[in-house]
Amino acid sequence: MRFRDHRVVGDIIELARRYRDEGADELVFYDITASPEGRSVDRQWVSRVAQVLDIPFCVAGGIRSVADAEELLNAGAEKVSVNSPALQRPALIDELARRFGAQCVVVGIDSQTTPEGYRVYQFTGDPTRSADARRDTLSWVVEAQQRGAGEIVLNCMASDGVRQGYDIAQLQAVRQRCSVPLVASGGAGTPEHFAAAFREADVDAALAASVFHSGSIAIPDLKRYLLQQSIEVRP
Amino acid sequence: MSDIVIIDSGGANLASLQFALQRLGAQATVSSDAATISAARRVLLPGVGAAADAMARLRSHDLIECIRALRQPLLGICLGMQLLYQHSDEGDTDCLGIVPGHVARIPEHGLPIPQMGWNVCVTLRDDPLLRGIGARDYVYFVHSYAAPVGPHTLASVDYGAALTAVVRRDNFCGVQFHPERSAVVGARLLQNFLEL
Repeated sequence: MRFRDHRVVGDIIELARRYRDEGADELVFYDITASPEGRSVDRQWVSRVAQVLDIPFCVAGGIRSVADAEELLNAGAEKVSVNSPALQRPALIDELARRFGAQCVVVGIDSQTTPEGYRVYQFTGDPTRSADARRDTLSWVVEAQQRGAGEIVLNCMASDGVRQGYDIAQLQAVRQRCSVPLVASGGAGTPEHFAAAFREADVDAALAASVFHSGSIAIPDLKRYLLQQSIEVRP
Repeated sequence: MSDIVIIDSGGANLASLQFALQRLGAQATVSSDAATISAARRVLLPGVGAAADAMARLRSHDLIECIRALRQPLLGICLGMQLLYQHSDEGDTDCLGIVPGHVARIPEHGLPIPQMGWNVCVTLRDDPLLRGIGARDYVYFVHSYAAPVGPHTLASVDYGAALTAVVRRDNFCGVQFHPERSAVVGARLLQNFLEL
């Protein structure tokens, strides 16, 4: 779920319940303005979400230290995802992995396609601050794993929000360098897009937001479709 | 004196287990006190993090002998299950030695490690702990280390190789997956455990 506007907690709990009941396999909560605004995710609502959710959920947004992460994990989050703070201080990944184990540490990468290749962007939650992080996506994927990332979520910015399909070529390039679970993000518009990400880019999971929020794809229908395509999913 | 005690093994994330029990109408206390643990009707040993840290924590609270001596049902979850074995390659750690066998890194078979996701279990031996849980029921795994299938394995999970998913020796039970994050199937397992 990506939140571009502030929502009251009641809405988040309702959404969490709805997706749980529809059969989502995991929920990711992005507080995308947390890093640009210099704050961290509110642990109050993490705890309220944890009380109703019986599936894994990951929390992202402004986690800058072991203490920030510990608060959220203690509140009931399953994993934490770091993005901009890890770009500013990569040792954060090592510290989190050492304290909580790699399986708790997701590294989110916002990647833009440029004439120089795939480039990492930071502060993407704020259009006025979103900027090239001066890193090559493929080498950052390798470094993040060496530092202890237990999962990579690759958000392909060029395809994000436009529903024209995941960036299969970029996902394939990352897959070749990624031995931890890889999650595709950005571009899902139809059930076929999900099937393509699993089949052609061999990703471990596919993340989507707008098609689920708007109701244009219902999760039970999507799962039925993927099963018909012989792609293994939890029914 | 609390009925259900979750042993504080030092990992974060005890809240999600507590909430899962709450959803079943069971109130659990988190404790690292030997007397409290010994007096409980049910004991849960969760664990997130590294084996060596968790064992050091149990030792510093004098809980090793306390846990070994328990006669009431205990459920180890994830790392908590691995701690029941004799030894873990993770940090070359001597564990509780309740279940014979050694925990090792998941064998490389070209699959991502950690195993992080939903998978099904293969029941090898019927047990009240697995009542109502079948071959099509997915549960949620997150782990880099695993126990091989052994004489006490009740159910295995196929992840390149067959690994122990559920183990039981007498009153000591363990699950490699996270029942607190495994939707209705996980709730079923926890309910079964509470009813043992």
